[in-house]
Amino acid sequence: MSQTVLQTNVLAAGYSRKIVADGLTFSVSAGEICTLIGPNGAGKSTVLKTIAAQLPILSGNIALCGDDLSTLREKDVSKRLSVLLTQKITAERMTCGDVAETGRYPYTGTLGILSAEDKMIVREAMGLVGAEHLYDTDFRQISDGQRQCVMLARAIAQQPKIMLLDEPTSFLDIGHKLHILTLLRQLAKERRIAVVQSLHELDLAQKFSDTVICIHNGKAERIGTPEEIFAGDYISALYEIRDGAYDPRFGTAEPSAVPGKPEIFVIGGGGAGIPVYRKLHRTGIPFAAGVLHENDLEYPTAKALASVVISEKAFEPVGEDAIRQAAAVMQQCREVICCTEYFGAMNQSNRKLKEQAEALGLLQSFV
Amino acid sequence: MEKRRMVRALICFAGLLLPAGLLFCLSLTTGSSRIAPETVFGILTGRAPDAAASRIITDIRLPRTLSALILGGGLSVSGFLLQSFFRNPIAGPFVLGISSGAKLTVALLMITALQHGFVMRSGMMIAAAFAGALLSMLAVLLFSGRMRNMAQLVIVGVMIGYICNALTDLAVTFADDANIVNLHNWSKGSFSGTDWQDIRAMAILVSVSVIGAFLLSKPIGAYQLGEAYAENMGVNIRIFRLLLILLSSALSACVTAFAGPVSFVGIAVPHLMKGLFGTAKPLILIPAAFLGGGVFCMGCDLIARTLFAPQELSVSTVTAVFGAPVVIFIMLHRAGERNAS
Repeated sequence: MSQTVLQTNVLAAGYSRKIVADGLTFSVSAGEICTLIGPNGAGKSTVLKTIAAQLPILSGNIALCGDDLSTLREKDVSKRLSVLLTQKITAERMTCGDVAETGRYPYTGTLGILSAEDKMIVREAMGLVGAEHLYDTDFRQISDGQRQCVMLARAIAQQPKIMLLDEPTSFLDIGHKLHILTLLRQLAKERRIAVVQSLHELDLAQKFSDTVICIHNGKAERIGTPEEIFAGDYISALYEIRDGAYDPRFGTAEPSAVPGKPEIFVIGGGGAGIPVYRKLHRTGIPFAAGVLHENDLEYPTAKALASVVISEKAFEPVGEDAIRQAAAVMQQCREVICCTEYFGAMNQSNRKLKEQAEALGLLQSFV
Repeated sequence: MEKRRMVRALICFAGLLLPAGLLFCLSLTTGSSRIAPETVFGILTGRAPDAAASRIITDIRLPRTLSALILGGGLSVSGFLLQSFFRNPIAGPFVLGISSGAKLTVALLMITALQHGFVMRSGMMIAAAFAGALLSMLAVLLFSGRMRNMAQLVIVGVMIGYICNALTDLAVTFADDANIVNLHNWSKGSFSGTDWQDIRAMAILVSVSVIGAFLLSKPIGAYQLGEAYAENMGVNIRIFRLLLILLSSALSACVTAFAGPVSFVGIAVPHLMKGLFGTAKPLILIPAAFLGGGVFCMGCDLIARTLFAPQELSVSTVTAVFGAPVVIFIMLHRAGERNAS
């Protein structure tokens, strides 16, 4: 059913003297999107370049559609594999159509003249990426996002079995990022192209990959589905994050809490507290938050940014313990901010907290 | 669009052939003795009524004009190849010191030849120039591997040029007086003094190189996107680079051997042609650069020998006057583009 397009076997990738990543064994099937993630300098690009036959294989081997890469001729490789690289190209006096047409190179004769069929394939590829209107526009006069689309059209026109993309979405705005990744998914599903890419946008890697390979410490530290990789605290460990944490559930990075005893107590809930947490964190004031249900929208943000979070189990009414704890912390603070005016059945205790704060003269009005 | 491009290319080629023909005729008729076009035509078609005029045309003007056409074309194609290779708009045989390298080895050969009393043959000149050109090219390559910046590359080329020129001067200082005159004329750059044997040699070498370059159109086009993309398109980069170096060195060596170092043609003409044809596709640009280089050099040679006749200017003087502003224009244009983006 699923046909293996790429198979690496204890591959070592690197430059002439230095092995960057070693012992890489993985396979990519037709229609699969495989994403390499890992910190800067981990060797994602090096691995991609080695698979693209642009760097010599230091040890191990790579099979491309069942054939050993080192025995394939350049021309045969170019009909199976196309690339999209990070380096910017200086296309002097070339229209976008000209650039996309270079994808047909492996299929043309000695002088590289395109047939009517070649041109049709290029047109179709330009249409697919939504760049047909740019066909006659000078390549240097379009935006970075449009340029990436044209380069993708070029790679599509090459009619590969596998596409290698090195950070295809870096430097693009969020709209273009989504556009490029959606196109890749479409290519993978509809044309059965195997896609191997490196990404720095973890949230997108999580959403658009079938398989994720984590390159770290000179090896493929973990290989798995996004569900397996983006679980627990692994991502923070992979990227050696020291100044905060990555929350794989939301794909967000939060900085560490401001150190110190809480100065302000925030009564929040339902997301109303988030802007307050952010502002306090930005100003550098340590604060406490409570009482929040563990399934509250703002609980993860509070957990990341507040020095103390008083919480209650999900779907339970706030219990006596939590209230006592919150009151104790609140009394140590110089101010209390209440972000919500509505107290439902489950968090009546927060109303009590508010009244207590008012009685103590700590409550600040918050709009 | 595709049709419009074809039409544009055809019009431009026709537009180049016209001045080419005109300049060719003018070069034959003008000079210290004016020869009427119909007489020239008579001589060329073999009906020679005037023996003196016939000798002027067949022995002096025709070889000179042909060498301007062939060498100018070769130089311009060499410039185009170097610009593609280094992906640098102002790369050219003169800027990168390749012409100067060829000049040095040819000068050394000239001096030793005259000292030991053997006669120089065009083949020897070409071989010496080729060796010099390759040596300079290798020196530039050696440094270019270490630097990514294109400004640095040009500086290295210019410095290599200076070193070669200094060594040439040194050789000239210790040469006999009689040799110096010879050498001096040659090193200024001129299309004069070529005989039919030279023409044959340069015609063969230049046409083989230009046709070779033309056959490399496809990989050159791929290389314009960058080395990594070219590789992905199936270009064998090592062989391709080697061929490109050999071809561009052969072309600039051939020119230097026969006409001395001629400046700015290699940079200016390919750019003028890119502007004229509106494309950088090697399939169109290689023939265009050849034709444009021929026209440019015939024109400059005509000016060089008629402007202050009977005093003759060196070709480089004229090519620099027309070529240098083009380089300045390129730099300004590029700066503008970068600001725009």
